[in-house]
Amino acid sequence: MNAIYSLVFVFALVLIPLFGVGAAQQTYFFGVCVPWTAFLIFLVFFTAKIIKWASRPVPFSIPTTAGQQWSNLDFIVHDKYDNPATTGQTWIRMILEVFAFRSLFRNTSMRVAMKDGKPIVGYFSAKWLWLFALMFHYAFFTIAVRHLRLFLNPVPKVFEILETLDGLLQIGIPRLYLTDMVIVAAVMFLLLRRVAVPTVRYISQVADYFPLLLILAIAASGIYMRYYAKVDVVAIKQLILGMVTLHPVKPIPATIDISFFIHLFLVSTLIFYFPFSKLMHLGGVFLSPTRNMPNDSRFVRHVNPWNDPNIKPHSYAAYEDDFRTPMIAAGLPVDKEA
Amino acid sequence: MKLYNGGIILAGLVIFLGLVTMPVWANLGKPAYVPQKLTMPAAPNDKACIEDKEIMRNTHMQILDSWRDAVVRDGKRVYINRHGKQFAMSLQNTCMKCHNNKEEFCDKCHLEAAVTPYCWDCHIAPKGKKQ
Ligand code: HEC
Ligand code: HEC
Ligand code: HEC
Ligand code: HEM
Repeated sequence: MNAIYSLVFVFALVLIPLFGVGAAQQTYFFGVCVPWTAFLIFLVFFTAKIIKWASRPVPFSIPTTAGQQWSNLDFIVHDKYDNPATTGQTWIRMILEVFAFRSLFRNTSMRVAMKDGKPIVGYFSAKWLWLFALMFHYAFFTIAVRHLRLFLNPVPKVFEILETLDGLLQIGIPRLYLTDMVIVAAVMFLLLRRVAVPTVRYISQVADYFPLLLILAIAASGIYMRYYAKVDVVAIKQLILGMVTLHPVKPIPATIDISFFIHLFLVSTLIFYFPFSKLMHLGGVFLSPTRNMPNDSRFVRHVNPWNDPNIKPHSYAAYEDDFRTPMIAAGLPVDKEA
Repeated sequence: MKLYNGGIILAGLVIFLGLVTMPVWANLGKPAYVPQKLTMPAAPNDKACIEDKEIMRNTHMQILDSWRDAVVRDGKRVYINRHGKQFAMSLQNTCMKCHNNKEEFCDKCHLEAAVTPYCWDCHIAPKGKKQ
């Protein structure tokens, strides 16, 4: 049901620019006002959320310890990047996490089987999620970077190289981008996983389906523009550069196909939605105490920042000093006789 | 409000905001963008392209693709446009005979859109006219 709601919602989002531009001809509103508003909301609320998170104290030292801890016994092999002890090792752990999704690599699936009439539980390595998640994120990133050709003038040479590499197979004209195929395949996988695996479907919310469907719709409209509708790229570049130089072109070139406004509206929705949704894991991954803290609690004392500094540590010896007489009177054992 | 590890978090935040707003500051102070003026074929050639200008602008690559397939696969070498005019389906002998200044026509557009057609690995471009 959640999946259906999300699908209907994405359809509704397509209809807005379809009528707004197609029937009402509000090209300026959809081509300049909506994207800029969405972008400003993104900047402000993204910043606000990071500041909010940064102002939260971390009470305990809680890194996940996924390997052997450091020890001064030299026959114990320290697992440096799964249980980092120093800041340097923690940096490497973070970099591996961000670029290679290392914790997802440990994803497992559980199955119950019968053996000799008794149920046994088995855990299996499940790398599909890791693989498709990685493919999805890299394809998305490459596409976003490639889009900069529409935002920069003159376009630096790297973008031509990127275009050549992405279209390396030289399939069709315009050349088929490999990332276009990868992003659609990967989003489909992530979506099907939520729909087809009962346990995952059970915990999937609208907030899980909606971003996936929205990104799928964005990719689909982009692909439609490039390979089918054949939009006027030069006119679109004029619109975009007018927008980013704060000198919007007026009137909006009439040759721009409506599919562009749909694409742009869906993208605006995505970046507007971003700071309020699970997509904030973009910033959140860097602020995860389970990942960004070294496991050094054996040699560095982690002081809970919300401790009241007026409350001093009170040792057992001091406690016994306070209550020695009543304790002896009650027959309790004491370390030091009066 | 007190920030924990504020220094590094703010540094990261500033880098991120700098990256996402890059198109804005990278274009600061640049003159407003006007699409390049293209050098159009000079007389005595025909005044019109093989199809209407708007069609050419957006779909010339698909036309070229269909030409290539028609010639190389089907041996069909004549193209009849929607006005009934005939053209030889050839990149070098049709397009580039009229658009004989590649640098000032095809390349100008492609540079702005960061497209690098690989056709010229094999096909020979006409030598651009020097002023
Ligand atoms: C009005 C600007 C413009 C002019 C002039 C122009 N092109 Fe293009 N061309 C483009 C754009 C924009 C694209 C990329 C379309 C896209 O990304 O969807 C393109 C793409 C192509 C492609 C496909 C590239 C690929 O592999 O993806 C070929 C081939 C091509 N043009 C050939 C030519 C030739 C030959 C000429 C000169 C006779 C020419 N073009 C003139 C704008 C232009
Ligand atoms: C008979 C000469 C002639 C031939 C052959 C020809 N063109 Fe053109 N082309 C022109 C003229 C003239 C214009 C300008 C049309 C106008 O301004 O209305 C033009 C316009 C264009 C444009 C649009 C430029 C713009 O300002 O948007 C493109 C792209 C283009 N031609 C590509 C091609 C390609 C690709 C071929 C081969 C498939 C080709 N032309 C063959 C004469 C020709
Ligand atoms: C690997 C070399 C190679 C590349 C790259 C190449 N072609 Fe060709 N092309 C050929 C050959 C060989 C023929 C056959 C020539 C003939 O039979 O007249 C041909 C024929 C054609 C023809 C029809 C005949 C003619 O005279 O033009 C067109 C149109 C054409 N190619 C377009 C393109 C376009 C557009 C591209 C770039 C997207 C391209 N080709 C890239 C080798 C190449
Ligand atoms: C992050 C969000 C975005 C995603 C995931 C996305 C996705 C895509 C995809 C998959 C394509 C197909 C062609 C290609 O891969 O280049 C495409 C094309 C396109 N997108 Fe986007 N897009 C995004 C943001 C934007 C923005 C912000 C704009 C403009 C303001 C834009 C304008 C275009 C245009 C004009 C094309 C057609 C390019 C062509 O014909 O070559 N996109 N998009």
